[in-house]
Amino acid sequence: MIGITYSFLTGRVDIINQEIINCGTTSLELFLAMFPMMVLWSGIMNVAKKAGILDWLANKMKPFFRIIFPELDEKDEALGYIASNLTINMLGIHNASTPFGLKAMKCMQEKNKDKKTATRSMITFLVLNTSGVTLVATDIIAVRSMYGSSNPTDLIFVTIIATIVNTTLALLMDRFLWKVEKRREHI
Amino acid sequence: MNISNIGNMLIPVVVFMIIIVAVTKKVNVYDEFIEGAKEGLGMGISIFPYLIGMIFGINILLKSEILNHLFVFLKPVFDIIKIPVEVLPMAIIRPISGNASFAVMIDMIKTYGVDSYLGRIVAVMQGATDTTIYVISLYFGSVGIKKIRYALKAGLFADLVTLIMSVLLISIFFGVS
Repeated sequence: MIGITYSFLTGRVDIINQEIINCGTTSLELFLAMFPMMVLWSGIMNVAKKAGILDWLANKMKPFFRIIFPELDEKDEALGYIASNLTINMLGIHNASTPFGLKAMKCMQEKNKDKKTATRSMITFLVLNTSGVTLVATDIIAVRSMYGSSNPTDLIFVTIIATIVNTTLALLMDRFLWKVEKRREHI
Repeated sequence: MNISNIGNMLIPVVVFMIIIVAVTKKVNVYDEFIEGAKEGLGMGISIFPYLIGMIFGINILLKSEILNHLFVFLKPVFDIIKIPVEVLPMAIIRPISGNASFAVMIDMIKTYGVDSYLGRIVAVMQGATDTTIYVISLYFGSVGIKKIRYALKAGLFADLVTLIMSVLLISIFFGVS
């Protein structure tokens, strides 16, 4: 909306026109890249679930989950998906983590009383996802070595610190905003 | 090039381990795979409308060059907190589009050099965070949430922290040069 209005003001409507026409192709390309990955990883995810791997992962992360997801029951199915989503994200396989994430959202939505409003746990989960917990960003290492870096991997350490700090602060912010909202409701 | 090799091995190893565990637990791997994949099919189709809507909005925003004008307003703020102005486009585009910010990163690496101060900062920015708007609209959209409450605020806050952290850490560990 803002974009279109702006283009009228600056007289760049031709570019926007082009973009509206091209948009279908662009999104179809992204979809084609994502869709098979999604189907494949949903399949693998189901195998992992039946083999008890998801439960095992959720179990390992239990102490951490208890702090950040106080509203979710310990045996909640969503925790298994959340745990796998985070693990795969840490490994930097972003396309593969999406099915797990969507499945976790679905599980949380089933227990949500107000289907149109996000629950506290959903927001916390998304904050974890957007702050990004990637430990090994393989694509960036690849780009850096392509452009002749003397040591393409020397940023891993720094990236990990940045990730840890931003995730921690984002979780604190999440908690803070939740408290602010709750207080406002009471008044 | 050790790490890149590890990166390449990561996915096969994960898949391999899942299958091994499944086989030892006598899970019918193929049937369960098909069952899960069917579910993925529905999932993929159901997110498509959100995907296309999102890309439409984002691309128009990027192409309209409105962001360039946003830079002008933000520049004084950046000068005050000592963040190099050159990373401004990256800081603004990073939460909006992962692909676009990846392109910006490559561009900056080409212009300033891969081992330069700026080149390192953008690489850390790209790696340490994920695309906020994309994740929020896709995940909430897929289950039909309309009221996202404070999710966007918290997500953008994480991006801001990443920006400050990457500038700070690179300055500390690699120096401003």
